[in-house]
Amino acid sequence: MADETKQGEIVIRAIDVKRYYYGKGGNVTKALDDITVDVYRGEYLSIMGPSGSGKSTLFNMIGGIDSPTEGMVFIDEIDVAQLDSYELAWMRCQKIGYIFQTYNILPVLTALENITLPMTFAGLAPDDARDKGAEILRRVGLGDRIFHRPYELSGGQQQRVAVARAIANDPVIILADEPTANLDVKTGEEIIDLLRQLKDERGITVISATHDMKMLDVSDRILWIRDGKLHRLEERRNLNINVGGIGAEK
Amino acid sequence: MANNAAIPEQVHIPWITASIISWAGLKRRLLRSLITMTGVILAIAFLTYMLTVQSVTGSLVKLNDNELNILLQDAGVDILAGTSTDRLTLLLLGLSLLTCMVGIVNSMLMSVTERVKEIGTLKCLGARDLFIVQTYLIESSLQGICGTLLGLFLGSIVAIATLLKGYGHYVFVSFPVLSVAQSLAISFVCGSLISVLAAIAPAYIAAKKQPVEALRVEE
Repeated sequence: MADETKQGEIVIRAIDVKRYYYGKGGNVTKALDDITVDVYRGEYLSIMGPSGSGKSTLFNMIGGIDSPTEGMVFIDEIDVAQLDSYELAWMRCQKIGYIFQTYNILPVLTALENITLPMTFAGLAPDDARDKGAEILRRVGLGDRIFHRPYELSGGQQQRVAVARAIANDPVIILADEPTANLDVKTGEEIIDLLRQLKDERGITVISATHDMKMLDVSDRILWIRDGKLHRLEERRNLNINVGGIGAEK
Repeated sequence: MANNAAIPEQVHIPWITASIISWAGLKRRLLRSLITMTGVILAIAFLTYMLTVQSVTGSLVKLNDNELNILLQDAGVDILAGTSTDRLTLLLLGLSLLTCMVGIVNSMLMSVTERVKEIGTLKCLGARDLFIVQTYLIESSLQGICGTLLGLFLGSIVAIATLLKGYGHYVFVSFPVLSVAQSLAISFVCGSLISVLAAIAPAYIAAKKQPVEALRVEE
């Protein structure tokens, strides 16, 4: 059903992206080798691959938190390589929402303060930030946990706070790095479901790096990466045929 | 292609938020903060003690009272020069301040290592380098100013006690309020300055951490 987005507007464009790591004695590790991919507005893209495949590296490239050795990455038509640290901070603040495997909620702030933090960085007035933050918390189902601190929240609730924080500045893209890895199956499914709803509601592009096969169900496209190369890029509608293949590959 | 003209100035610098984070950082490492603070307290107490004793003996020398002069000479004060501060004391003072500064640098660097993931997260959320620098400067200043105030208190108490023991009531005959106040001010400025200076390098290192640190999975 979401396949129509396929031909939509391109929100991230990675062109011939290479990322090399130079080790001692002239060793070169090719973490990414010539990856070219377009990500469309409002789609749910999963990046899959075994650990060490370059999955995280690619994820960081598209998220503007690492820069390629060669090649170009455009986020919402902005060439990431040309931004200085100030502009990068602005882009991360306005365009991208990050969700982490380990939640990364600031332990010293309440749920609400965690969410208003990026809004403060974006220059929103404290009162407006508070109102908007409370509304977002209600949206993710934590309306009664607004003033709780992270240690008073369960893992799933903390990840909800993280999701709320990710959408605080109405980003174009949500980057989720193994968002369900530290959660039990049911809670993980709830988070995935929440991400999908937000994607549909707000037209946000969701990109997630994952091992989690449950993620495939909600993905519009799945990008398989192996040994730093783009192994396969498939659409969900073709996935049924491949389900056996996935198991066999593992 | 880069649409940089659209990037607005980040006007509102979130000082309050930075302060909350710094304060929490101090609380989290309370024991270590206290140890570092003890360094500041001792160094500043030493400085305050030296300066106060010097001011008071200076004014006592000016009294030129016979009985007092004997007491002063017994205490090793050069009545003609009117001071008891020699080179060795200055060296000790300098060393104590330096040691205290090194202590703060060390403690701040540890704080950077401990909070590297938090720094990465903040950067992912759009924090500018300046914000990270702020949190460290505030953290170090809070620690430094608390230590300095306690040091001032401790130093002046010990100084007055020693002076009273040595010269008795003479201390009150010509207590140099202005000069002692000046000594306290100098000590306060020294203490605050040291704690801010010591935080500059760690704050810079922290600000240069990459956002990708946030994704690191340890435990």
